[in-house]
Amino acid sequence: MAMAETPMQRERATTIYEKSVPGRRAAVLPEAEVPELPLEELIPAKLLREEPPALPEIAEPEIVRHYNRLSRRNFDLDTGFYPLGSCTMKHNPRLNERVAALPGHARLHPAQDPRRAQGALELMWLLQESLAEICGLPHVSLQPSAGSHGELAGLLLTRAFHADRGEERHKVLAPDTSHGTNPASVTMAGYEIVKVATDERGGVEMDDLRAKVDEDVACLMLTNPNTLGLFDENIAEIAGLIHEAGGTLYYDGANLNAVMGHSRPGDMGFDIVHVNLHKSFSQPHGGGGPGAGPIAVSERIEPFLPRPQVVRREGGNGSGPSFDLDHERPKSIGRLRGFQGNFGVFVRSYAYILSLGGDGLAEASETAVLNANYLKARLAAGRAGKHTPVAFDRHCMHEFVLSGKPMKKELGIATSDLAKRLLDFGFHPPTVYFPLLVDEALMIEPTETETKESLDAFADAIDQILAEAETDPDQAKNAPYTTPVGRLDEVKATRNPVVRQPLG
Amino acid sequence: MSRYTSATPADREAMLAAIGVESTAELFEQIPEPLRLGRPLALPDGLSEAEVYERLAALAERNADAEGQVCFLGAGMYDHYVPAIVDAITQRSEFLTPYTPYQPEISQGGLQAMFEFQTAMSELTALPVSTAGLYEGPSSAASAAYLALAVGKGRKRLVVSRGLHPHSRETLATYCEGFGAEIAEVGLEDGLTDAAELAAAVDGETAAVFLQSPNFLGAVEDVEALGAAAKQHGALLVVAVDPMTLGVLKPPGEQGADIAFGEGQPLGNRLDFGGPSFGFFCGTEELIRKLPGRIAGETDDVDGRRGFVLALQTREQHIRREKATHNICTAQALNALAATIHLAWLGREGFRELGELLLRRTAYARERLAATPGIELLHEAPVAREIALRLDAPVGPVLERCAERGIAAGYPLAREYPEHEDGLLVAITERRTKAQIDDLAEALGAAVAAERVALVPGSGTNATQEIG
Repeated sequence: MAMAETPMQRERATTIYEKSVPGRRAAVLPEAEVPELPLEELIPAKLLREEPPALPEIAEPEIVRHYNRLSRRNFDLDTGFYPLGSCTMKHNPRLNERVAALPGHARLHPAQDPRRAQGALELMWLLQESLAEICGLPHVSLQPSAGSHGELAGLLLTRAFHADRGEERHKVLAPDTSHGTNPASVTMAGYEIVKVATDERGGVEMDDLRAKVDEDVACLMLTNPNTLGLFDENIAEIAGLIHEAGGTLYYDGANLNAVMGHSRPGDMGFDIVHVNLHKSFSQPHGGGGPGAGPIAVSERIEPFLPRPQVVRREGGNGSGPSFDLDHERPKSIGRLRGFQGNFGVFVRSYAYILSLGGDGLAEASETAVLNANYLKARLAAGRAGKHTPVAFDRHCMHEFVLSGKPMKKELGIATSDLAKRLLDFGFHPPTVYFPLLVDEALMIEPTETETKESLDAFADAIDQILAEAETDPDQAKNAPYTTPVGRLDEVKATRNPVVRQPLG
Repeated sequence: MSRYTSATPADREAMLAAIGVESTAELFEQIPEPLRLGRPLALPDGLSEAEVYERLAALAERNADAEGQVCFLGAGMYDHYVPAIVDAITQRSEFLTPYTPYQPEISQGGLQAMFEFQTAMSELTALPVSTAGLYEGPSSAASAAYLALAVGKGRKRLVVSRGLHPHSRETLATYCEGFGAEIAEVGLEDGLTDAAELAAAVDGETAAVFLQSPNFLGAVEDVEALGAAAKQHGALLVVAVDPMTLGVLKPPGEQGADIAFGEGQPLGNRLDFGGPSFGFFCGTEELIRKLPGRIAGETDDVDGRRGFVLALQTREQHIRREKATHNICTAQALNALAATIHLAWLGREGFRELGELLLRRTAYARERLAATPGIELLHEAPVAREIALRLDAPVGPVLERCAERGIAAGYPLAREYPEHEDGLLVAITERRTKAQIDDLAEALGAAVAAERVALVPGSGTNATQEIG
């Protein structure tokens, strides 16, 4: 397909280091106001730097222009549909940015005396209470910085829980559909991962599970609904099996957006849940963070929660309650990070919860499930039904997985080709090649904040690409055409890694 | 329709018909009945945007922030000025709202920003390789340990200076329960890591030696001299640094460090009561395939155009699963972008000048405070931007008196350093003027004097008489 080069394609990527001109600058610093002693009088000469780091030399207008131009080489959620499965790309309310930027939040030092940070500690406590209610588990630690950090926390809590009972266990079970972070966290926590198979309905294969559950199993990690977007109907029985064997049950909350106000992990029997505030609770993803991964736990896990823990103390003599950081937790696994956690994320997520309220959260999940099932039906009714059928054909929750296997066989285009061609249509592709047990997988999560029109347009685009591939598969194979760059050589980047700008 | 959704009753009807169900309740039937909540969540009703704003503004009002208080608190996070362009650029939706750049053709902006960030951090630390960033400083210490234990093939010992941030040491201890590694702590002598004790603690089982410079008590360590013990036994030398000092202090890469990491907040990030910020993580070429988390790399597209991708992804959890070098996924891309912009704004000269300013203002503050009756230096070692003091009165009440005068005077050392029960850590940034430093000395001196009076039996707490 011959197309003229776009202006952005003509513009060679130039880093800010390549725009540097000696003598230019942006910052003007305050006067020293104090004696300008030679540095050698302050620090031994051998501990001083000879040459300053070669940071760019560039004036402010050009810095702004540089990063604005860079920004235009990104696709983002505010521009278009972003159905990246398991990532919950829902709208990021700007109100949340505004309240997070209030000086009382943004310029509050983390070591401020708790008596002078009562608003922040109360906000954290209120968020803890809200998440406890949503998860159906009584205790929350906000400390973990992301989902993967919450997983590691959960596994270290599991380790402490067993050790406290004088037990040492070695294995952690997780389905073969699990997120990659699950097994990686298991290894970091010093456990051995054991994979559990998936049955023909997309749930945990019960016979395989029964065969693998024994007294050496420390924990089962599960996502429910799972990464196929399906609720595991056997969850009560699964929980029973694990608890009977003395293990803990860990809930990967990446898919919590399907069930808020409809079903609670605590009621399903889970002991530990992590919540991705950057998924279900609208913290912007920032191109790869920041996020936060608070954990909610059952009574028996509570003594081991990380420290410090935010606590509420009842006031005496007619004064109101006060809030504090409790560092005295003798059975605690200890700290997972510096200070109290990603507070700026807590502000945004608490604002989101306040905006929606209990009913609004339930309706958000309901609409997420409606949107996913509608898009699944729309796709099935078109060419996707033939070329990229749904992997497990039943009602889904908030996401669903298609298999590109027939497409690859019949049309000769792979899932990655379909994904790249979608870029030309102005859509972010779904998650591809995950979960691993589905061949040529496409994992689609529309979220509740998309309109019916967006879903229709996406389904039409998929249909059009497949129609095009029926006659001319090369169009997809060579896509994309309209993006700032074409397909990139990832092998080269790994074989001969260039990971910084070389400087003259 | 609730907030942020669009499905009208007509939409719903059409969508349900396309699905072939009567109601959304049918879709939720896959949840076994006993596990359905069956009641509304016990949370308040949703609020209007204006009401949410008021609610959160009222909470924010109840915090003493650095806008209303003169902030000498540090201990890893500092009240630096964040230039306006950082806010303007990081709030652009193209940076704020995308996911991790899994589709590089439409993520060149974010990927190039990561590449520029890596270049900046590599320059600051004088190490050739930087990752795109980790969660924050202290957990990066644990990430360094995980790497060192993997490289050390069976070595299970970590030797850690007591000058390493207490949060880093505590986080390391938490993670080591999972790593199955033991930690040997080396004490401080007049503010600096005890070199003899360190040399004795490192052995052939040691995977890594952890130092921090400036250390938690503000002292600038001779990393190269201390690191000799690590080199001798083939252990990795891991050094935590304050990025804002690297315009003037010798960088870890020139002192033999294999890994340098640290808290990135001082670079373009707000205080935010402790997060989100980012951790930076740099290393030698030999470690490039063992590093944790995202790394952007340069490459070409099919037509030879320059572009950027996530490089070396085979290290990562989404590919390697249980064999990954780390479990990290979502990290701190936007915070790293803020640092990249801040460093471009400071530039080569500005960054050096800022370092010099910190050194000189800190030297002034140190002299001024040490000359104040009732205040002594906790150590005489050279310092860059933080000063450890010993007060001649209980620290808590002294801080309270300063707070009443609108000054957050510093970080009390007692909880984490019980050997310095009367210790106080005072941090300087370019925002702390000479006049504010003078006020601090005056307020601290007066508070110490007042508390000493209060300590004398029989004297009233309101006594103004100087003791001496």
